[in-house]
Amino acid sequence: MPDISFVLNGEVVRVPQDGEATTLLDYLRLTRGLTGTKEGCNEGDCGACTVMLASVEEGALAHRAVNACILLLGQLAGKSVTTVEALGGDHPVQAAMVEHHGSQCGFCTPGIVMSLTASHRNGRQDHEDVLAGNLCRCTGYVPILKAAKAVLAAEVPTARYDEKALMKPLADTGFIDLDSFADWYAKNPDAVLVGGATEVGLILTKELKQPEKFAFINRIKALQVVEREIGGLRIGAGVLLARLQGLMADKHPQFAEMLRRFGSEQVRNSATIGGNIANGSPIADTPPALIALEASITLRKGGKRREILLEHFYQSYGVQDQAEGEFIESVFIPEQADTLGVYKISKRFDQDISTLCGAFNIEVKGGVVSKARIAFGGMAATPKRAKTVEAALVGQPWNEASIATAQAAFAEDYTPLSDQRGSAAYRMILAQNLLKRYFLEQTGTERVRVVGGAS
Amino acid sequence: MSVAKSIPHDSGQGHVSGAARYVDDYPMPADTVHLAFGLSANAHADFTLDISVVRAAEGVIDVLVASDLPGENDVSPAARDEPLLAVDVVHYIGQPIFLVVADTHLNARRAARLGRVSYTEKTPLVTLDQAIAAGSSFGEPLTFAIGDAENALKNAPHAVSGTMEIGGQEHFYLEGQAAYALPEEGDVRVVSSTQHPSEIQHKVAEALHLPFHAVRVETRRMGGGFGGKESQGNALAVSCAVVALRLDRPAKMRYDRDDDMIITGKRHDFRIKYRAGFGPDGKIESVVFEHFVKCGWALDLSHPVADRAMLHADNAYHLPNAKIVSHRLRTNTQSNTAYRGFGGPQGILGIERVIEHIASDLGLDPLTVRQANFYAAKGELTPYHMEVEDSISAELVAQLADSAGYKTRRVEIAKFNAGSKVVKRGISLVPVKFGISFTLTFLNQAGALVHVYADGSVQLNHGGTEMGQGLNTKVAQVAAQVFGLGVETIKITATDTGKVPNTSATAASSGADLNGMACKDACEKIRTRMMRFLGERYDCGQEDIRFEAGNVTIAGEVISFAEAAAMAYQARVSLSATGFYKTPKLKWDRLEGKGRPFLYFSYGAAVSEVELDTLTGENRILRTDILHDVGNSLNPALDIGQIEGAFVQGAGWLTIEELRWADDGRLLTAAPATYKIPCASDAPDQLNVALWDGANREKTIYRSKAVGEPPFVHGMSVFMALSAALAAAGGQRHIDAPATAERLLMALQN
Repeated sequence: MPDISFVLNGEVVRVPQDGEATTLLDYLRLTRGLTGTKEGCNEGDCGACTVMLASVEEGALAHRAVNACILLLGQLAGKSVTTVEALGGDHPVQAAMVEHHGSQCGFCTPGIVMSLTASHRNGRQDHEDVLAGNLCRCTGYVPILKAAKAVLAAEVPTARYDEKALMKPLADTGFIDLDSFADWYAKNPDAVLVGGATEVGLILTKELKQPEKFAFINRIKALQVVEREIGGLRIGAGVLLARLQGLMADKHPQFAEMLRRFGSEQVRNSATIGGNIANGSPIADTPPALIALEASITLRKGGKRREILLEHFYQSYGVQDQAEGEFIESVFIPEQADTLGVYKISKRFDQDISTLCGAFNIEVKGGVVSKARIAFGGMAATPKRAKTVEAALVGQPWNEASIATAQAAFAEDYTPLSDQRGSAAYRMILAQNLLKRYFLEQTGTERVRVVGGAS
Repeated sequence: MSVAKSIPHDSGQGHVSGAARYVDDYPMPADTVHLAFGLSANAHADFTLDISVVRAAEGVIDVLVASDLPGENDVSPAARDEPLLAVDVVHYIGQPIFLVVADTHLNARRAARLGRVSYTEKTPLVTLDQAIAAGSSFGEPLTFAIGDAENALKNAPHAVSGTMEIGGQEHFYLEGQAAYALPEEGDVRVVSSTQHPSEIQHKVAEALHLPFHAVRVETRRMGGGFGGKESQGNALAVSCAVVALRLDRPAKMRYDRDDDMIITGKRHDFRIKYRAGFGPDGKIESVVFEHFVKCGWALDLSHPVADRAMLHADNAYHLPNAKIVSHRLRTNTQSNTAYRGFGGPQGILGIERVIEHIASDLGLDPLTVRQANFYAAKGELTPYHMEVEDSISAELVAQLADSAGYKTRRVEIAKFNAGSKVVKRGISLVPVKFGISFTLTFLNQAGALVHVYADGSVQLNHGGTEMGQGLNTKVAQVAAQVFGLGVETIKITATDTGKVPNTSATAASSGADLNGMACKDACEKIRTRMMRFLGERYDCGQEDIRFEAGNVTIAGEVISFAEAAAMAYQARVSLSATGFYKTPKLKWDRLEGKGRPFLYFSYGAAVSEVELDTLTGENRILRTDILHDVGNSLNPALDIGQIEGAFVQGAGWLTIEELRWADDGRLLTAAPATYKIPCASDAPDQLNVALWDGANREKTIYRSKAVGEPPFVHGMSVFMALSAALAAAGGQRHIDAPATAERLLMALQN
């Protein structure tokens, strides 16, 4: 295997292949002495380690804020990393942060500067979303948001070096061919697949495991393809959640709104739809919506493919319908009129793991429910449909009385757990109330949620 | 003028460029070793330990157990009940049992998980109820009282009673605990992320049987403290120092975030029982409080924390008859510690609940009840028999209620609620009165060391530590003010026990009050010497000499400060001085519950409006207005920054920040994935902060007031606004804290 080559602050660096599972944060701080990038949590939750990652996508440079603590060097091949040290100290974001008193203890500040540098470059104005993955314990965010707003007026400074030119010679080493990967993985099923490493990273930094074999599938371009097919949209398993959010914005806006609150900017810039499906977590956030949309997935082993409904993929806690050496290649969302409601409930609105996430896709014809697909995460050992509730609704008039009857049926479908994110009783009431929210949203004009609904 | 200016934080540019260094950022010598603790997995058990596998693990250089320690095995701030490494018995899950020394941080962490510990389990006391039932406490309950509370309760026309559970809080300083130690010919130099370098010095000295002078402790800055680095850094610093001298190699230790959350203490959880008697206008006649304080397994600072809660059981209200009883319970959980407000917020939440309960009982606007009970401007006594001489609550609250449009908005909200079935709004105004001074009176002292060099540049050192609050900036402003210099002329150096000895923790909001005064004293000594010399040289009176704008004007002649310094140097005038300050007027007997524990009070109030989703319990802060008293502000920008940050942190404490323990004593919320502090979108859409226009009536540094802790209480306005929204939705409004979405939703299930 070749060395891993990437650009760091304008310099091409080569790391031997055995360093592929080193986190970028450790590499920066311990090997390079670049201590401006901080370790706050070492699990992708605080953003103190935020750096800017550039890649060439369809010929153009794309810049994203990512967490260095759970980003592995193996993912960086052919890309370009910018750390706070490379901004020069006089970047408009840095100047605005000083001017608006945006730092107190200063430990989160380099990460915040990097998030804002990426968003400034990309012309983003949704500062709260941009910063959801950057925790600050001192300021209460007010001066930081002021700085973010103020800097909008400033030009993006001229690049100090030509990132694209520096990346160009590295391009060939960076990518892996899908077919050869499929064959390799069929023979090496013990390899750990790394898409965005937002889950795998924690196995290294928190569980302190040392897997021997990795496959950096974020380097497979063919997994990042989105295609409109007859009857729907095929989304490669390697598509970033940030991109998925954009894809859903028009089609299923409530799905996009949920994705806005999925992890954080940094997480969505690393994590993939395939990874979120494959990890099998009962509280993964994309499966409920995808199941409600009747999505299917294509699994591949070597040269063999099979397509199954996503809801059938999840068999029991931690057990998926996935053979050794088989991987998710793509997700298919059928074309349909949008009646999707997606509700993520968490302790904190942004950047939190769901207490539960419910998705409702109910078709009403002539005042009667003709079709219903309801799926929840956080209510069972797997993402799971509420088939009894669905049955209680189908054929019934679409009114409050039917909702009330159907609400009671949740207890037939789910026996939720109590944990630190919520009690079983709370989860059950939530699930029932979310059906009511969906009904009110579909039928009424009154605002029925405090964030994310129509205002 | 250098004071009263919004000068940016002295490290602002360093922060944004990544150049500002924290403990873990310093390049270390090549032979540095890295440390990690092996932790108890049992909340209460006798244990035996086999570390053979640890010793054999990759990169391990040494492993220490309690019997390997050369001196005192104690890292407690005072009570000597907190061994660095457990001996025979463990008292909570996360207690350090052994210390791994390895070549890298990661290898140390890996090896630390390999200890084979055999436990003989005892029954752990995890909850307050379990501790109360078992009679597990730190000493007898303490009582403060004034008047005849029980009798007045009986005679009051109206009465309410209740119990409120108040959750603790994880500090979540962004920089975890960290320290390193360098062996220096038998002495040791420690660099620590600590609010209390002197305590680190003392604990290290005791652990090594060295005199204090052989231990030098430095702190340049912390990545946040909030009280969590007042005593919790001791274990790391002592470990590093012990290992550094044992191996004659530099030693560094930092906690991984999850370890930090599992090992270190947090804000104390409280249960507050109350009985209150009052008149038809809501005027309180008597209150009896019982505080049950969850201290954790060791004492740490629990006594002064619990005392401060008692001392704030009145908040801004005159309680003619009051009795406050405080029980300090010992549990098999982390040893709770200092956290911004130091028990004060919990005490205040108790009386604010009483006010809300009275208001709902009488059907009055809670603000009306608050206003009916404010201390008079002067002359009334607190439950600890201190006369309140400086109360501005009535005027301040009237001004805020007016500027925030409280009354109009209450009407608008009622209208909104009438037309909105699912989303309900609530508004609340909560005041704060916060006592300023360490309640342990001897701590109210500070020192400074100031050098003026022959080129006119000034180096400043003081006993306070910088944790983000801008203390160094403020103290530099004081020096600049005395010398008539620009603040850029003043070089601030790391806090160093070798420069200023016998310091107190930077805590109790007192940093600028104490160190600002000590700095002023030192600078004035030097200035006086310079003036005496210049008066003689120019043959004029000292009243004819002025230091301003970087110059010294001597009887009409203007020379630069640098020239003056050079002349003074050549004339053999000492240009270096120490300064000292002790807070006047304090006299406090905590066992009697009588005296003057505080020099003065800080005041403020906040109005918050919230929106509650009655289907899910989800909620948002729509707007908050704060009016806060910092006396004559030394630096309005830094003060406003403290107020905004404290408010959001306080709101976090009472809403989304929830600590949960399993039945076996395991902390379930031991990572940022499960313990949620506010993020950017949790700040109110509109946050208006204004500073009260008025000087401190006490002679503090330029008549300013302390700012660190008091505004933390402003978060309570959010909690009470949620309570109002619950009431609007027909729910049970008097809920426990924190008001998580779950708790709010459950309060709506009738």
